[in-house]
Amino acid sequence: MNGFTLDDLREIMRASVGVDAEVDLDGEIADVEFAELGYDSLAVMELAGQVRRRLGVSISDDDALRITTPGKAVDYVNGKLAEAAY
Amino acid sequence: MMGTDNRTGDAAACPVITGIGVVAPTGVGVDAHWQAVLAGKSGIVRIDRFDPSPYPVRFAGQVPGFVAKDHVPGRLIPQTDAWTQHSLAATAEALADAGVDPADLPEYEMGVVTAASSSGAEFGQREMQRLWGTGPDWVSAYQSIAWFYAATTGQVAIRHGMRGPCGVFCCEQAGGLDTVGHARRLTRTGTRVVVSGGTDAPLCPYALVAQISAGNMSTVDDSARAFLPFGLDASGYLPGEGGAVLIVESRGSAAARGRDPGYGVVVGYAAGMDPAPGSSRPPVLRRTIERAMADAGVTPPDVDVVFADAAGVPEHDLVEAQAISAVFGPKAVPVTAPKTLTGRLYAGGSALDVATALLAMRDGVIPHTVGPDDLAAGCDIDLVTGQLRERRLRRVLVLARGHGGFNSALVLEKP
Repeated sequence: MNGFTLDDLREIMRASVGVDAEVDLDGEIADVEFAELGYDSLAVMELAGQVRRRLGVSISDDDALRITTPGKAVDYVNGKLAEAAY
Repeated sequence: MMGTDNRTGDAAACPVITGIGVVAPTGVGVDAHWQAVLAGKSGIVRIDRFDPSPYPVRFAGQVPGFVAKDHVPGRLIPQTDAWTQHSLAATAEALADAGVDPADLPEYEMGVVTAASSSGAEFGQREMQRLWGTGPDWVSAYQSIAWFYAATTGQVAIRHGMRGPCGVFCCEQAGGLDTVGHARRLTRTGTRVVVSGGTDAPLCPYALVAQISAGNMSTVDDSARAFLPFGLDASGYLPGEGGAVLIVESRGSAAARGRDPGYGVVVGYAAGMDPAPGSSRPPVLRRTIERAMADAGVTPPDVDVVFADAAGVPEHDLVEAQAISAVFGPKAVPVTAPKTLTGRLYAGGSALDVATALLAMRDGVIPHTVGPDDLAAGCDIDLVTGQLRERRLRRVLVLARGHGGFNSALVLEKP
């Protein structure tokens, strides 16, 4: 079961980090680099902070910088949630 | 009284101001601001950004109806304080007004120099409350860039792809003039266009309390009687938010685009620092005025109006009035302070005065100072009150003084 979905991530991106006018967040974004979506490293750090606050999933700054696409972010968060469930 | 024309400076070596953008308590946009100034319409209201009732200062100049998303890209809103958003909006207006499309110019020949004072106080207060209220995990990553003084220069430079010389002046109310003075310097060493000026957004408890502690704010509980610079009843100043952005451009660049001389030429500038409290040396304002006028190559009869710093603090008003009288003679030059309509905008204050002075030269009007009527003893100046004066203005002198001893003077000319 996927506890955290791409739509959940989209919602956080919209609400907290903002979206560039020319980016369609509803499109096929799972494998698109954050940089291409207009999110620099600071934006990814902010996204990680939001996930930490909302889900209690801790993402180290080093890990945050290795998460380069929304798809990887969703997998990472679900991995952490599964770890926590054991 | 028309002055003689004795100017000896080299105006060809001075830049022009080709674009203005305004976000101020008098309105969003140059036209709204100027119409309010001409009508003497105040933007000072009881503070509604937070409950001001626990504080001794309850009135401020508030920018009316500014909606960030109408002016700032969505991605930038969570990472910027209102102060930066005001500057981004004013920059867009100023560039459009100047007819400058940054994509058309070499990126290393465009710079950004803004003034900062309160910086991202509201953003910073919110994040500090999260830090101490809920913990470090709740602090926005953007705290690292949003609240410090260079944020506006950085965001403007990035947004418009301006990679030439960039900087920030932290000289409180004097900073706006200093940005224009520095922009002039940059245009003499190869920079074509400099986004200059500044804004401030000090309407949160943290910023207000920081200013109250200096002891110069008015606690008079009447929006129309609290800020009366040079007046018999002067009791301090009120704060305000907003400011102006000015496009300073080399004459060569402006001429190549058919925009010379724009609103006017930046012909003279000087800055000085007051002696330490207790020193026997005199305040530096008089000498700063004289140096700016010497830099412009003008004598007192060449200057048609003075836009005063107008602190509203009796001892500061007296120093300024005496400096003006010493240079020009008692009541020898019209003096005005439209900032009574906005409050003191700190980093945005003298930038907005430059904008207003340029519009005054354009339209041949000295806007009046709303508020003070009877002047304080020793303030022997021709303060323009009651109604505006129509007059051809060839040159204006803009004065600004910042908390901590900063003094700046700028001479602008309409060829």
